[in-house]
Amino acid sequence: MSLLPWIPVATLAGAVLALAAGARSAAAARAVAMVTALFGLLAAGVAAARFTPSSELVTLVDVPWIAQLGIRYHLAVDGISLSLVVLTAIAATAGVLFSWTVAERVGEFFALYLTLVAGVYGVFLSADVFLLFVFYEIAIVPKYFLVAGWGSTRREYGAMKLVLYSFAGSALVLAGLVWTYGAGGAEGFSFGALTEAAARMSYGENVAAFGLVFFGFATLAGLFPLHTWAPTGHVAAPTAASMLLAGVVMKLGAYGCLRIALPFYPVGFAAWQMVIGWLAVAGIVYAGLVALVQRDFKFVIGYSSVSHMGFVMLGLATGEVEALGGATLQMFSHGVIAGLLFAVVGRMVYEREHTRDLVELEALPMHRRLPGAAAVFVLAGLASMGLPGFSGFPAELKILTGAWAFHPLWAVGAAGGVLVAGAFTLRVIQRAFFGRFSAVPATAAETPDQAVVPTRLTLPERLGALLLLAATILIGLKPDLLLDWIMPALQSPAFHFAASRAVP
Amino acid sequence: MSTDYALLFRALLPEALLTATALLVIGLDLAWGPGRSRGSRLQMAVGAGLLGLVAAALVVWQDGSQGTVWAGNLRLDLLAVAVRLGVLGLAALSLLGLTGARASDQPAEYVGLALLATVGFLQMAVAQNLLLAFLALELASLSLYVLAGYDRGRPESAEAALKYFLQGGVSAALLLFGFSLLYGITGRIDLTGISVALAAHSDASLGAVAVGMVLAAFGFKAAVAPFHPWAPDVYQGAPPMSAALIASASKLAGLAFFWRILWSGLGSLSATSSLTGGAGGGWVPVLAAMCAVSLLLGNLVALAQVSVRRLLAYSAIGHAGALGLGLLAAGEVGPGPMFYYAATYGLASVGAFACLALLERAGDGDRIEDLAGLRRRSPLIAACLAVFVLSLAGIPPLAGFFGKFVVFAAALRIDGLGHPAGWVALLAIAMSALALYYYLILLKQAWIADDARARGRVDVPPAAALGLVLAAALLLVLGAFPALLLGRF
Repeated sequence: MSLLPWIPVATLAGAVLALAAGARSAAAARAVAMVTALFGLLAAGVAAARFTPSSELVTLVDVPWIAQLGIRYHLAVDGISLSLVVLTAIAATAGVLFSWTVAERVGEFFALYLTLVAGVYGVFLSADVFLLFVFYEIAIVPKYFLVAGWGSTRREYGAMKLVLYSFAGSALVLAGLVWTYGAGGAEGFSFGALTEAAARMSYGENVAAFGLVFFGFATLAGLFPLHTWAPTGHVAAPTAASMLLAGVVMKLGAYGCLRIALPFYPVGFAAWQMVIGWLAVAGIVYAGLVALVQRDFKFVIGYSSVSHMGFVMLGLATGEVEALGGATLQMFSHGVIAGLLFAVVGRMVYEREHTRDLVELEALPMHRRLPGAAAVFVLAGLASMGLPGFSGFPAELKILTGAWAFHPLWAVGAAGGVLVAGAFTLRVIQRAFFGRFSAVPATAAETPDQAVVPTRLTLPERLGALLLLAATILIGLKPDLLLDWIMPALQSPAFHFAASRAVP
Repeated sequence: MSTDYALLFRALLPEALLTATALLVIGLDLAWGPGRSRGSRLQMAVGAGLLGLVAAALVVWQDGSQGTVWAGNLRLDLLAVAVRLGVLGLAALSLLGLTGARASDQPAEYVGLALLATVGFLQMAVAQNLLLAFLALELASLSLYVLAGYDRGRPESAEAALKYFLQGGVSAALLLFGFSLLYGITGRIDLTGISVALAAHSDASLGAVAVGMVLAAFGFKAAVAPFHPWAPDVYQGAPPMSAALIASASKLAGLAFFWRILWSGLGSLSATSSLTGGAGGGWVPVLAAMCAVSLLLGNLVALAQVSVRRLLAYSAIGHAGALGLGLLAAGEVGPGPMFYYAATYGLASVGAFACLALLERAGDGDRIEDLAGLRRRSPLIAACLAVFVLSLAGIPPLAGFFGKFVVFAAALRIDGLGHPAGWVALLAIAMSALALYYYLILLKQAWIADDARARGRVDVPPAAALGLVLAAALLLVLGAFPALLLGRF
């Protein structure tokens, strides 16, 4: 896996190149972005092909960075991070394909986009807490400019809300980690050093520090009630940014919870476990119900993301190996599916019809106007409902089994959430694509011109959709592809707190 | 007590060089200036000034740390070398920025005064003796008062100078009073002697008064609440590059200065019980409280600003709280984190003011909306401003992030939350999340909003562009490799 450590650096370099190329021509900037994204996909693919599952983080590069504080530039990979790196590579490539029509300030757009992607790769590959945090913050600021500069509905509001929530979350994380470093007298910022430092803290300190770190990360993961940035932010963002935000960036938060908060502070986790579980269940059900009554197509998808991320948080809350594996699988699964859903809404439908209003879409024969989009959305919707054959099914099943073992009521609540997800997905499929188009809409003058037949799906759109669909179906049919990486990683000593509670 | 004058001269060579340069600049202008345009006079003055600064920096660099000189009155340790180099660099960047500012009618005198202020800063970094320290502080302050009021055409500039002078005068008087009390208690004026005498002294209630005076003076110099009210008016009214010097080099030198006085001189009163009669206390909790108030006040009031410079002023008050935290932590972990923070903060401030100076010259107003469309009007300024503002906001990989991080880590390292500094550090982290809002508002105007008035491009002279790029590049390099600076301490 020789290419893997170069992904963050190469992606950052791609960002700079895209900026430079954008000054010459938009096509050059697009090409740079595509090549950079493909490099990531290639590097992740090669690494995946050569990967031998183990319970240890395999170090890729490890050099001193800020020796005075024991901070190292330490990149490492295990089954969990590799799954998410592969997800990032897929989502980033699809994002570039679905951004093919961005026309304004293309160089800047892709520079910001690739900076965000580089930060995401960096987080998943970091094996030093400080380094992880630096990459985490690098991923924050580009979001603001992407959303505020290229977004739609209330974009400046959405962008600021999104970034302030993210940054406030990261401030909580920073406070908790630096406190642990100081109060626990850590040698440095390696995972091991901070885990030991956290163990040296008193019970009360441990519980408080876990709260800071976990809820800081959980803000980005969209845990109810810290999720409110997500729907507005996703809706305001340009297509590729919503795909990345919902698909990958929310996973940064969940990954932080899984990789840092839970293993570092098992004592604190035990104290907060019930709260987290109930919040996760509340999020699943609440966001699903809200999605059920949205009129804006994109808001439906935005809330569905919150609902699906609730499953990830529920899996984490059980603190049980099978469910943790399910949560990781759900991160991958949701990353792919959310990307697909946002691509259909933002790129395929909105850019052609210039509306996301379900009432207006209902008045159009969308399945005839955009058969390709309808087909992709139906498949993505089935995947999103968690039907067998798609990646969401094994993931949610594992989480629900784990939740049942730990606290049956959680499983009951979450299963109700699955029903709601089915309801809002079917509703949106029906209204957006198979509406009552025979009836004349009340506001006929304001609806898009029915006479103009929208263009068919372009090649980049087809390729992007194919890539994402292939990923969700492949994992749906053979989840062991990922589980064989993830489950051994969960046997690592870092996750001992979970192994001790595992159900036979 | 024999004095080795050769050594003393060597130690003071940078100051001597700068003083000579200041005189040379004014002399050159007298000889060659009349009849020439303001622009060419400014270029001559800045060129000569830069040469002097570079020569002084070379001397400082070559001599390195020499320990104490002149019977312990000057201390040329690592911090002194670092602060002197930092001050010289920030002054040089300010001079480069001056070439992009609206030309004043007497550019040579301006440069001369800036150099004299720098002499004061250099002395502040090394003085180990109350009299010498006060002299250095006054040399710097008096030069800065004049620089603040240099823009004689604008009443705001005069107002800024007057406010700065009145509050500075009071704080200088307080400091002198504090110093005289210290002398009265201990009979010494050298910091080492004071420290020894204070430690042996049993009743230090007078010492508490003296410490209070010193803290008030520190509050003024660094704009820590409640001694901050001069800052917004001075930042807004003074010529931009004067404000830049006040915000950067002056603060860096001031921190080193008060680090020496508070820790080397009054260290025994830091947390001892003698001040409050056995109930704990000392000046550490007082300073921690000042920092906390400063962090809250600066960041909250900055949210409501419409003027860019007032926004920077309130953000500076917030930053001053964090700088003070670095000063607190420096007693435990040494001055490294504090220096890193102050130096990189100074870089970002000088850069931001250099951007504002360019815009002011182009005839722009000072409101946040006036930044609109900067991306088109000057991509260079917009890009550099983004680096400076994001560094102030503390976004990695820019140096401002590591400045905050090392200070907070040091503060929490003292004793977790068992020490007041730990709580202030958590507050500072919370405030940094708040601060991102107003920093992003600036960048939103510069990078996203379009200019409704369709103003023309902003002209950037090459020297000013060099200054901007240098400052931005330094912030990037020091951010990517913080060990370059931190490793020296």
